Amino acid sequence: MTDLSSAPGATPAGVRKPHSLYEVDALTKRRNATEFRFRLYGIIAIAISLSVLALMLFTIFSDGISAFRQASLSFPVTLTEEKLDPAGNRNREEMAKVTTIGYSNLLKENFAAYVNSQGFEVEGLTDAMIGDMLSRDAAAQVRNQVLADPELIGTTIDVTVLANGRIDGYLKGRVNREEALRDKNVTPEQLDLTDKLVDQGILTVAFNWGFMTRPDASDQRPESAGLGVAILGSAYMMMIVLVLTLPIGVAASIYLEEFAPKNWFTDLIEVNISNLAAVPSIVFGILGLAVFINFAGLPQSSSLVGGLVLTLVCLPTIIIATRASIRAVPPSIRDAALGVGASKMQTVFHHVLPLAMPGILTGTILALATALGETAPLLLIGMVAFVGTHPSAPIQGFFEPATALPVQVYGWASRSDPAFLERSSGAVIVLLFFLLIMNAIAIILRRRFERRW
Amino acid sequence: MTLVKLSASALAIAVMATGASAQTRNQVQITGSSTVLPYATIVAEAFGENFDFPAPVVEGGGSGAGRAKLCEGVGENTVDIANSSSRIKQSDIDTCKANGVNDIMEVRIGYDGIVFASDVAGPAFAFTPADIYNALGGQVAKDGALVANANTTWAQVNSALPDQKILAFIPGTRHGTREVFDTKVIVAGCKETGAFDLFKAANADDEAKATELCNTLRTDGVSVDIDGDYTETLARLDADKTAIGVFGLSFYENNTNKLQVATMSGVVPTTESIAAGDYPVSRPLYFYVKMAHIGVIPGLEEYINFFVSDDMAGPDGPLAQYGLVSDPELAATQEMVANKVAMGPLE
Repeated sequence: MTDLSSAPGATPAGVRKPHSLYEVDALTKRRNATEFRFRLYGIIAIAISLSVLALMLFTIFSDGISAFRQASLSFPVTLTEEKLDPAGNRNREEMAKVTTIGYSNLLKENFAAYVNSQGFEVEGLTDAMIGDMLSRDAAAQVRNQVLADPELIGTTIDVTVLANGRIDGYLKGRVNREEALRDKNVTPEQLDLTDKLVDQGILTVAFNWGFMTRPDASDQRPESAGLGVAILGSAYMMMIVLVLTLPIGVAASIYLEEFAPKNWFTDLIEVNISNLAAVPSIVFGILGLAVFINFAGLPQSSSLVGGLVLTLVCLPTIIIATRASIRAVPPSIRDAALGVGASKMQTVFHHVLPLAMPGILTGTILALATALGETAPLLLIGMVAFVGTHPSAPIQGFFEPATALPVQVYGWASRSDPAFLERSSGAVIVLLFFLLIMNAIAIILRRRFERRW
Repeated sequence: MTLVKLSASALAIAVMATGASAQTRNQVQITGSSTVLPYATIVAEAFGENFDFPAPVVEGGGSGAGRAKLCEGVGENTVDIANSSSRIKQSDIDTCKANGVNDIMEVRIGYDGIVFASDVAGPAFAFTPADIYNALGGQVAKDGALVANANTTWAQVNSALPDQKILAFIPGTRHGTREVFDTKVIVAGCKETGAFDLFKAANADDEAKATELCNTLRTDGVSVDIDGDYTETLARLDADKTAIGVFGLSFYENNTNKLQVATMSGVVPTTESIAAGDYPVSRPLYFYVKMAHIGVIPGLEEYINFFVSDDMAGPDGPLAQYGLVSDPELAATQEMVANKVAMGPLE
């Protein structure tokens, strides 16, 4: 009360001067002002974080959304026998001797002939320039088609193949005529022809399914680079992490929370779990390299090793979340179960665990979401790599090389062709999409099963 | 109960993990230099398309780290090939020997040019190694004496150069590119300007000491080491358009919309001028094969033969189109690879 008496407006005798509540005195004014300022700070903090988020999303989406659309060319190809099957016996082994280089030349000739037959007049355009508008991926696509069905040889088929990355970039506004003059990978004549081909419907831009399904591509063909291997790798790793962390994490938590005696040893374990949760993930990568690859001899770059390492990263978080949700189940539930004669184990499995399940699942999914975005531990176990072949189906696929979504983002961001920047941002969008789905599942589970006491 | 099922499947995976580790790896595993990485991925991709083997797995991470991994030992859990942008060192060979990796095949795939480039909208530059040394060296020769470098604009270095402040983004010391930059540009410039002789005279004719002093660049923020890759250099150059950056030729050729290249001693860097030996700043690129794995890892022998074939590494092949300077002695390399000749001791 002493500070009140010294406040302005108070009488020196310590007797409060009566005044109306409707009258705002100086002290109240100051307190109100402080509160107003505090609210303002809060609003500013939120505004800053929101604008940073908006800026990040804007850059990612403006750079990356175009990765979901891709230009492709449709034209007829005559599959000449003497070029593709010199022996003429439709033997797959012998036909495979004609490499993609042979197919590439055939496609370029056919495309140039088709364009010339359409009668476009573009000054200075050579057949070589027309041929270079095709993606280098086209030859592999047609070769696989022919090898799968050798009877196609000798016929004329309609093919739809990807356009070169620069042509694609021109249609998306990334390449312009002025730059084309300086760029040795594209000429202004090719861009003139592109406009005409678009008018004719030979060159079309459509949704890019290949971005989701194709494997990574080399620096010479950004147009055919996709996330197929990365999505599979991430999915396999998440499967492994889920299957390993859930039982181990839940079992450990139940034991520590319900059965373990309280002594210095369990205290030590508890402290260690909390510490492990704070250990940088790269440390688990080093551990994974030493234990799983060098000691256990598991194949490097495989999603199995990646999954095992991410399991180690996730376990402490999941144990902490699970213990918290087990602890949140009121003791009265346990007492009631024990009171009607249930054993300790029956109490836990019939009553405590079902009630704690929403919390456990939420914790698990959030830990998985973190694991999905981890790159550092994968660096050391060989998953930050170029993997050009899809891993096969589980379980065999777990042992085969794969990458992961964040790894692909990193890998593409350091490529020299600017078209990979678009892919990189596109991969971020896909990653964000998966994270959003996982977080949404966590929220739904919590909402549906949450019990309040 | 789901928990029981989950634990059962977890156990199953654990059992398989131990059991299946005996199976053969069926793809080639490659690691090493990030300069060689794009070339190796181009070949790996074409290899996967044209052969019945899965595409090799190619990792980056640096030449030194790659060679160290190659020398870890023999066996399926070790890599088969290390890409390298500098020649293998005796210390690497010794480590290899100690770990049982006795025979290594050295394959030179071609040459790589290192170029100086600036923003496309800015003025053009024509450098000589002496200009670069006078701009970036810590101590330069002036009127026959060594003085601390006080040049702030390129015009002060050489009146023929634009009047623009000196700022250079050069590769950091962990890059193989830095070694080439040091020997082919800085030391060459040091000798041209006469600073080398002055250093030598001041240090009792000790050439090694003089070279070291030549390579001591100025530390007042004019020369900036970039430890990331070329995309980082490009981003820095985008932010400060008056700077000069050091890039690989292939990187420059893919970004001609943003960069213009500077000539060196009057020569424009192209694959042709490097192949002819006119452009001075270039270096050979290699990969090293663990010979004990040939015949064991499926596809390894086919991959290395395919890499050096004319279809890939030849002067009209995709690697040359991407910026690799084809090796004039490719035929000899092809023969060596076909005969599986291990490398001899370093001379």
